[in-house]
Amino acid sequence: MSKLLVENRAMVFPGDVIAEGNNFEIATPYLKRIGNRVVATVIGLVTIEKDDRTTKLGLIPLEGCYYPKVGDLVIGIVIDIGVTSWLVDIRAPFPAVLNASDYLGKPYNPSEELSKYLNIGDVILAKIAQFDRGRDPLLTVQEKGLGKVVEGVLIEIKPSRVPRVVGRRKSMLSMLQEETRCQIVVGNNGRILLRCPDPEREAIAILAIKKIEREAHTQGLTERIKEFIIEQKIKRGLIGSGGGKGET
Amino acid sequence: MAAEKEKPKLIDEKGLRVDGRRPDELRPIDMEVGVLKNADGSALVKYGNTWVLAAVYGPREAVPKHMTLPDRAVLRCRYRMLSFSTHERKSPAPSRREIELSKVIREALEPAVLTELYPRTTIDIFIEVLNAHGGTRTAGVTAAALALADAGIPMRDLVAGVAVGKVDGIIVLDINENEDMYGEADMPVAAMPGLGRITLLQLNGVLTPEEFRVALKLALQGIKRIYDMQKEVLRHKYAVVEE
Repeated sequence: MSKLLVENRAMVFPGDVIAEGNNFEIATPYLKRIGNRVVATVIGLVTIEKDDRTTKLGLIPLEGCYYPKVGDLVIGIVIDIGVTSWLVDIRAPFPAVLNASDYLGKPYNPSEELSKYLNIGDVILAKIAQFDRGRDPLLTVQEKGLGKVVEGVLIEIKPSRVPRVVGRRKSMLSMLQEETRCQIVVGNNGRILLRCPDPEREAIAILAIKKIEREAHTQGLTERIKEFIIEQKIKRGLIGSGGGKGET
Repeated sequence: MAAEKEKPKLIDEKGLRVDGRRPDELRPIDMEVGVLKNADGSALVKYGNTWVLAAVYGPREAVPKHMTLPDRAVLRCRYRMLSFSTHERKSPAPSRREIELSKVIREALEPAVLTELYPRTTIDIFIEVLNAHGGTRTAGVTAAALALADAGIPMRDLVAGVAVGKVDGIIVLDINENEDMYGEADMPVAAMPGLGRITLLQLNGVLTPEEFRVALKLALQGIKRIYDMQKEVLRHKYAVVEE
């Protein structure tokens, strides 16, 4: 008695009925079972995964704030210095905590000035170590590549658009990196760090990311962005109008 | 208020109302979402000459912190009429009426919002009446629901509102200021049509039980139409970018 009422990748709005019946697996907090109906609660795109046993329903939201999840890579900005920890803004509804002992990698002696290591306004790359409904998120930098950010350009996009910038199996991100030759670190909280070889390519990368953010709900985006980058490169004289390859 | 004027004729010989509408006709409704850049979500809703702007911020860290709840988000709502929204200048200080309407609108939206997903935070809703011409609270509810959706805050359903009333003995939909002032009854209603739930129901004046039933049915029909417009406006916002 179950019935799907929308197609895969359909756009839905709060209150839209996605399916009727109880034989669906719901893999997101943004879909709600009300009676025997499955209802969307935010603006987003529905994903439907079918295998022989179950139908799995998901929803990719297009709007909304960043909500922390353990294991997420985030780019934070230090907003306050405590006695043994820093408070970091990660664009979530809660401030995140980074313990001094974690950052230094050794027991911390409170007689030292914490601002010697990280000051207010410093940017850090971190992972969320702990988070639950009752406590503020705890950060860790004890992994390769994490820690204070000393160079690059920081841009912000809506956190809900991050999955599109990364793409399925990182397809979009690797295309961006290949085409612009920038090193791109995407935080799950919608902050993106760019390290580019020259200002022209940096500008192209930023324009491309902003375009992805604007058009996140459309299909065939990776191809369009690739064309956009090539177009920009020709316009800026980085490559001849002959083709995509043969760069300097 | 100015000296009491004589009650005008609210329904003419042809059965049309002061602004030429049929009894079951809505005013021309116009909606726009994402009008404010700094807000997380926003909407501008016009019911005829009633213009209402709503802005939503959050879920965000609450100030003051003791207001927060450990198991869900706190919904805060402020309804306000701008000084220039009425014929005579309105004092910008919050009036008794505005404080009450803020509470009523908040309670109309609370059943829709899934506050349990964001514990220890607040969601702030600001509703500013730019021009008042009757039905500002229901237009406020409609605008706030759109702004909440635009902010990406999970909701069970969109909420839409409209006022019905009785003027010259006839039940009419979406009453304007004159009908409100000289009519016999005024009944604002807000509902979640997808779920078939009423979230706001007030009645000012007198209706018989039979009239009440007719009025409520008329209001729910109007709400359904406004609800469809809300969905259309949200869809339109994303359709524009697609080209």
